[in-house]
Amino acid sequence: MIKHLRSAADLDAPTATLILDTAAEMAALSGREVKKLPALRGRTVVNLFYEDSTRTRISFEAAAKRLSADVINFSAKGSSVSKGESLKDTALTLQAMGADAVVIRHSASGAPHRLANWVDGSVVNAGDGTHEHPTQALLDAYTMRSRLGRLDGLKVAIVGDVLHSRVARSNVLLLTTLGAQVTLVGPPTLIPLDVAAALAEKTQVSYDLDAVLPDSDVVMMLRVQTERMQDSYFPSAREYSRRYGLDVARMKKLPEHAIVMHPGPMNRGMEIAPEVADSPRSTIVEQVANGVSVRMAVLYLLLGGK
Amino acid sequence: MAYLIKGVSILGAAPADLFLKDGVISDKADKDAEIIDGTGLVALPGLVDVHTHLREPGREDAETVETGSRAAALGGYTAVCAMANTSPVADTAGVVEQVWRLGREAGLVDVQPIGAVTVGLAGKQMAELGAMATSAANVRIFSDDGFCVADPKLMRRALEYVKAFDGVIAQHAEEHRLTEGAQMHEGEVSTRLGLTGWPAVAEEAIIARDVLLAEHVGSRLHVCHVSTAGSVEVLRQAKARGVRVTAEVTPHHLLLTDELAAGYDPVYKVNPPLRTRRDVDALRQALLDGVIDVVATDHAPHAVQDKECEWSHARPGMLGLETALPIVLSIFGPQWELIADRMSRAPARIAGLAGHGGDLTAGSPANLTLVDPSARRVVDPSELASRSRNTPYAGMTLPGRIVATFLRGEATVLDGKAVK
Repeated sequence: MIKHLRSAADLDAPTATLILDTAAEMAALSGREVKKLPALRGRTVVNLFYEDSTRTRISFEAAAKRLSADVINFSAKGSSVSKGESLKDTALTLQAMGADAVVIRHSASGAPHRLANWVDGSVVNAGDGTHEHPTQALLDAYTMRSRLGRLDGLKVAIVGDVLHSRVARSNVLLLTTLGAQVTLVGPPTLIPLDVAAALAEKTQVSYDLDAVLPDSDVVMMLRVQTERMQDSYFPSAREYSRRYGLDVARMKKLPEHAIVMHPGPMNRGMEIAPEVADSPRSTIVEQVANGVSVRMAVLYLLLGGK
Repeated sequence: MAYLIKGVSILGAAPADLFLKDGVISDKADKDAEIIDGTGLVALPGLVDVHTHLREPGREDAETVETGSRAAALGGYTAVCAMANTSPVADTAGVVEQVWRLGREAGLVDVQPIGAVTVGLAGKQMAELGAMATSAANVRIFSDDGFCVADPKLMRRALEYVKAFDGVIAQHAEEHRLTEGAQMHEGEVSTRLGLTGWPAVAEEAIIARDVLLAEHVGSRLHVCHVSTAGSVEVLRQAKARGVRVTAEVTPHHLLLTDELAAGYDPVYKVNPPLRTRRDVDALRQALLDGVIDVVATDHAPHAVQDKECEWSHARPGMLGLETALPIVLSIFGPQWELIADRMSRAPARIAGLAGHGGDLTAGSPANLTLVDPSARRVVDPSELASRSRNTPYAGMTLPGRIVATFLRGEATVLDGKAVK
């Protein structure tokens, strides 16, 4: 098993599949009356969050607690970090406390890579800047597999602000590793340079959402921040929504079996219409539930739980 | 002190004896001369760096004029041009004279201050360039390095104004509107790493504008640390038209590529950023062709805490003085004429440093360095004379050992060690 999960590129197909299979076992547990496993009893998991992210932090916290680990939440706000402590000094502190795993969310791309130089425990990337969010990709893959029964050969459209999206990068890497065909869709200003060469050769790019939808098994809508407008990535929320938003009319272009995903938090009415978000095709609530199972699997396997 | 360097090869020529006396190269031996065995060594005119950050005043924890001078002498340099982005900024006669005086006190290399183009490097108001030019520091190069003189009118005026005292504007070419938040070269690797890109066009657009401005007003322009293949083409065309433009390239841009960012180690973070293999190849060819005139180090010391952090929080820049000649040797081999021209004569000419970059013939100032090209050395950051440790070459085995350096006939380095 790998030691750290810093990037979805750390995962080869057998390892990724093992995580998804283990997550399925963890999910079965959640149906039981006693949801707790003793697997990580006596182990310490630190949630080191430099950015506010309630949903990701509580997902990791629930995952660690269900495995009986001791959980320490270290939030940058109101801690020594806000007094200017460096990442290295924080890392050395956590190291001295005997953290077996550090789950890190940070606004700087590559912060988990730096952290791994300074701690002995496992490092799990819970989102770093505009780089990656590998457990999100794992829970997305898990959700696709449980809804559609497979990943190999699946056609997945990822739509929106790919340039700034850590979710998109991790998904392209992981889904391609697992045999899916990914098409990135968005305005050219929000599709990163040389993306296929950078991430996965098979990745396709389209600027035309309507053309992509009829041939998609999965459409994943990314959050688009309105501040991108000020930076001339697109002219207005209205125009963005008109060209790249998933509304009811567009949803009808999808094949019967296709699902709609969103990593949250959503801008209802911007990249996704409320009727679409709440439709039976939507997996958005399932994604949250699956997040706990997948993160249990990741912690369990990285820490060599028995 | 007089020296007799026995059996040394001047620029690769057949071994001969070289006499130094009273600060100049002499044509006959002095009977009291100290003898240095020059067997296997190559004598080069003392190297000249037109782009050095010595950090004093302001960041003496990263480097001082003295420690930077020592690093320079150990690298074979006899003159360095100290960039203006100190704290306070070198934008007045007072500050440039202070740096100049500190250089004289250290006495290891000639420290030639560069003056800021604009007050506080803010890009708004022209600094008192004439006062700096006529000060004891005798400033001839002006630069807002780190910042680009972005305002085209101000750039035009600065280019014109310095004609009165044969000055030159050294431009850090970066269109800041295209590099907001930039962390590394924009391309395949920045996409993979999720780091905001610094597009090549941001450099090329400014160079293109500035060569046109220099052409329009008939002034000299010097382009700092050229890093892209596209910039080389802009310069090639401008030179072919007769524009008075010179350009420098750093050792790191001649050797390293953006792939090194993969582990997010900020020792590889620099501005302009490391580019692609294609750019490296174009820069090497441009240096051979003379489209790029000089190798300049952009020696940029940084304190440990400014590099031992997240990539995007780290300061850009890397050490260069002690490794520049070995890097150039590793790339181009023993092409001594090329090395003497690009690392000594041409930079001395650009900086207006009479007495440096001369021929090693009788009567010339005895500014020279002796290199053992057959020695190989592993770069060990802890052994560097610089106060900082941010070298990207740690652990690399490089050819060439600087055995001795002489400044006006006095040894600053002997047997590979600084004399003071």
